[in-house]
Amino acid sequence: MNLLESFLTAIDSLMANKMRSILTMLGVIIGVAAVIALLAIGNGVTASVTDEIQSIGSNLLTITTDMDNSDGLPALSLEDVDALADPLRAPALAQVAANVSGQQEVVYAGDSTAYTVNGITANYLAINNLADFSAGDGLTENDVATNGRVAILGSTVVAELFGGEYPVGKSVKINGVSYEVVGVLAEQGQTIGASPDETVYIPISTAQSRLFPTRTRSGAKAVNSISAEVVSEALTDDAITQVTDVLREEHRITYAGEDDFSILSQTDLLATFDAVSATLTAFLGSIAGISLLVGGIGIMNIMLVSVTERTREIGIRKAVGALRRDILIQFLLESLLLSLLGGALGIGLGVAIALLTGPALDIDPVVETATVLLATGFAAGVGLVFGIYPAWRAAGLRPIEALRYE
Amino acid sequence: MIKLTNVTKTYQMGEMMVHALRGVDLTINEGEFVAIMGPSGSGKSTLMNVIGCLDIPSGGSYTLDGLDVSQMSDDAQAKVRNQRIGFVFQQFNLLPRTTAEKQVALPLMYGGYGRTDRLTRAQEALASVGLGDRTHHKPDELSGGQQQRVAIARALATNPSIILADEPTGALDTQSGEEILNIFKALHGQGMTIVMITHDPEVAEHAQRTIWIRDGVIV
Repeated sequence: MNLLESFLTAIDSLMANKMRSILTMLGVIIGVAAVIALLAIGNGVTASVTDEIQSIGSNLLTITTDMDNSDGLPALSLEDVDALADPLRAPALAQVAANVSGQQEVVYAGDSTAYTVNGITANYLAINNLADFSAGDGLTENDVATNGRVAILGSTVVAELFGGEYPVGKSVKINGVSYEVVGVLAEQGQTIGASPDETVYIPISTAQSRLFPTRTRSGAKAVNSISAEVVSEALTDDAITQVTDVLREEHRITYAGEDDFSILSQTDLLATFDAVSATLTAFLGSIAGISLLVGGIGIMNIMLVSVTERTREIGIRKAVGALRRDILIQFLLESLLLSLLGGALGIGLGVAIALLTGPALDIDPVVETATVLLATGFAAGVGLVFGIYPAWRAAGLRPIEALRYE
Repeated sequence: MIKLTNVTKTYQMGEMMVHALRGVDLTINEGEFVAIMGPSGSGKSTLMNVIGCLDIPSGGSYTLDGLDVSQMSDDAQAKVRNQRIGFVFQQFNLLPRTTAEKQVALPLMYGGYGRTDRLTRAQEALASVGLGDRTHHKPDELSGGQQQRVAIARALATNPSIILADEPTGALDTQSGEEILNIFKALHGQGMTIVMITHDPEVAEHAQRTIWIRDGVIV
């Protein structure tokens, strides 16, 4: 019997037993769909967070106090910002900003709510990719120089305090002092860390004198963190060296002394996140693996049952002259056809599930070819092994034993 | 054409050895219509399975058309079954959910006949058992007698040298049984060798010669 005949026989047999064929395929479909959907969502989460981090700007350094080496006091001040901004001392830095922040009650028309109040330098919003206003404008150098009592509000703050009212030109009170609202930030959506939407920005000078009067060891007014934009990503390492040198000099740290600050680059952040995302993918992958295993067991069961049930059919075929090879090829082709068809349907279903749940989870699912190949390959492999093994056993029986099989 | 010499067959059933055949000598010539009779457990089915190459004897020799069949490999025996033997079973043994035409074409497919050739021969075979108008019916759409006639058509399709029938009327009512026996008689009239197993003396009467078997030996 040639291959075409075997192929047609297999199709005949599958069509003659539609219910059995569909049940067998179901295991493959579910296993493959589960893996594809889960991994697509996992990859989507990874991609969306990576985007988030890169949108902050991949050439930003964030410098904070290392409390372990600063006697528990803040180490950074505006003098450090000035030193870093000096292009002769730190040529790899394009701009340097700083901020000081804390929770404060913000009052408008008798309503009082606690928000993060962030005292910032004039260039802070631009450096952090936040300078996008839905109303009004940002802070000026003059606001900072003159301890201006002006504020920029995040979108949530405006919605909660002002409702439908137009906020620019109105005043909010923080710690008993009035601030004129000069700008409103456009909605930022989900971010890593404190949300700009729920923050009130005021000049850093005003914040230091009225709200956060903390001092450094040397007695200067402290800042929480310094953001430094590197001229280009390629210079990140140079920039880190220059920042370290400048700050050690400013802080008079001896040769053997430890840095009283730490520098975090976006590259570090991405690397950290990559590690987290690898864990996430491994987690989803293992859930998917379990689905595949369960699907595989389903395939195995239906295959074992259906081949066992067909022992008599194998006996009839052998009695009328089928060779062992003919039986094996027929079952192999049947399993292969079911697995491939089930795999194709599973891919379709998995992609559909991923695309449907993507918007609900606010991510773009990413279907990877490797996942598709792996899932389909596994399901097909299980289908083949458990479709063929019992058939191989049955094909080896004496025809009379197969015929007598009940 | 069928020659068995001192054929034995022993089964292992749990701890017990069952001696189904204890040295059978039997010769059946071309064109004969032979009935093999015996009570249940006498070994008559085992004998038919050996003659039909569905089972191998434990000892002795068996030649079919001058070929020593008992020494052949599995696949060689499958070829012998395909080309030289047509089976008719008590329970019909048709494939479920398969049309009569395809049932009859099945041995032709394994025999390597082309597609059109197969269907022509299958239709001829079905017509010869009076089912020319039932070629596209599936087993569950046919009566027992009709199913058995499909089985006979399948047995005839490859134009074998013998028909082996194991209680062919056992699952049928008297009238259908008569029809089946008439078909066998007609085939015998055309020169076909037929070996039929039965426990029913009335059925055996239709045969030319009756062989009695008891406790694994011919009496």
